[in-house]
Amino acid sequence: MSMTTAPSESQNTSFGNVQARAASAMNPARISIDNLDFYYGEHKALKGIGLDLPDRQVTGMIGPSGCGKSTLLRVLNRMYDLYPGQRATGQVMMDEMNIIDPKVDVNALRARVGMVFQKPTPFPMTIYENIAFGVKLHERLSRSAMDERVEWSLTRAALWGEVKDRLNTSAMGLSGGQQQRLCIARTIAVRPEVILLDEPTSALDPISTLKIEELIDELKHDFTIAIVTHNMQQAARCADQVAFFYLGEMVECAPAAQIFTAPKQKRTQEYVTGRFG
Amino acid sequence: MSATTSSASSIPGPAKDLRVSRALGKRRHRINFVVKTLCVLATMLGMVLLGSILLTLIWRGAAGLSLTVFTNVTKPPGSGGGLLNAIVGTLIQTVIGTAIGTPIGLLVGTYLAEYGHSSPLANAVRFVSDVLLSAPSILIGLFVYQFAVEPFGGFSGAAGCIALAIIVIPIVVRTTEDMLRLITPSLREAAIGLGAPKWKVIVLICYRAAMDGIVTGVLLAIARIAGETAPLLFTSLGNLNWSVSLGQPMASLPVAIYQYAGSAFDDWVQLAWVGALLITFGVLAINIAARLLLRRGK
Repeated sequence: MSMTTAPSESQNTSFGNVQARAASAMNPARISIDNLDFYYGEHKALKGIGLDLPDRQVTGMIGPSGCGKSTLLRVLNRMYDLYPGQRATGQVMMDEMNIIDPKVDVNALRARVGMVFQKPTPFPMTIYENIAFGVKLHERLSRSAMDERVEWSLTRAALWGEVKDRLNTSAMGLSGGQQQRLCIARTIAVRPEVILLDEPTSALDPISTLKIEELIDELKHDFTIAIVTHNMQQAARCADQVAFFYLGEMVECAPAAQIFTAPKQKRTQEYVTGRFG
Repeated sequence: MSATTSSASSIPGPAKDLRVSRALGKRRHRINFVVKTLCVLATMLGMVLLGSILLTLIWRGAAGLSLTVFTNVTKPPGSGGGLLNAIVGTLIQTVIGTAIGTPIGLLVGTYLAEYGHSSPLANAVRFVSDVLLSAPSILIGLFVYQFAVEPFGGFSGAAGCIALAIIVIPIVVRTTEDMLRLITPSLREAAIGLGAPKWKVIVLICYRAAMDGIVTGVLLAIARIAGETAPLLFTSLGNLNWSVSLGQPMASLPVAIYQYAGSAFDDWVQLAWVGALLITFGVLAINIAARLLLRRGK
């Protein structure tokens, strides 16, 4: 997965940002997926997926509805365990552990692979408790250490300034965009290695979306990020590499610039140029 | 994009006939008027009935309201008796009945919503619970009589508590299950996604999210059993003397109302009105207090 494209300084187009990303090589894989199949009962939703999530970089997953991109995300933290009849086969390696091995401690796994959902889902408790909830599941912290953690995670999620004076009020009173950033704060408070974002901005207005995207840019210094999105501009803005899915198969995975400007597969080209999807 | 900039007149199709649209508008207004009137009438009917019950209660009950009602126990007719034994008896039996029935109902409701889903056992439990919910309460009294009165040689407050608890259980089961099912799967997934084990998700997240509904269910149950007469007739029986022993027959307001209202003595009938007033406003007060409590919690 190591790409060693030479930096091309002259190409300063509207895709300049993307070009800069393309210039940087992909890091070694944090999660390495190999030959992954996934079934909803009899229906095979993922077919022989092979994909590396490079360490502390953003992998964007695009494709039409029902192509399997969200399903793949839900494999990475074993969310499918909740539903009988869903199963996965193959290899999803994180360090020496195969994530889909039934023997894996899923709660410990989910502390390492956090997830943020499409709709903001604040818990019915205060802002402070929302953050502390996840932390308390995995660590024993003193009150002051917890205070620090709450501030740290809210700051990282670019929410601290807006809520620092009302940490003890209900999280349900926040706006949609704030709620989603709270969910991100709640996820990073557990200090995972990987963050999965399942269409995190599809329920938000453009300004909130912009804030979340800036946040993703900031968070990738510390976390490996996978983002599912229907918005190709978003994938272009946020992702270092982009994987295109179609009908349960991964058609192509390449640095973002390449996917959007010079895809190798015809299907990818048709999708990113808006000819179907 | 260009469609939004062009004017409305360029929409294809024949121009609107204004007379037709006006006639349609009139028709809608008429239907609206009829339906609105029916709604208002129905609401007023309900309000008038409820108001007349409350007013009659206040009118007839308040006349007999005095301090002795709360300080004296039952006395022979004409000697200034009160309802103390019945009030305390109802409080004891309602509290204990709720305390026994609520946790059982909560656990069963949780099992049905979170674990059983539509397994054969869950379906059987759900069916039995629903039957119990609509079972005539006198049957519950008879049932408890069979195993908690006859074998122990007499009527007792304890048997009354058990009968009331049995009425509480299906109410709490139903509301708990319904409320837990209303919680969106995404909230559970969010908690599970942080690495929370299932029981913590239920206890720390789901119960909180469903708190309003569950508390309402418990309140409904309290309101229901505070006014139950039939199941107590065969269990705690009623007691004209002061007794707070669960081993002895125990007085209660509904049974006292039943006994006094049918008596030939004017002052006992008056006490029955007072009892009815107390129980109605007691239940009303519980409801209001709980609503205030819930609102403050938010």
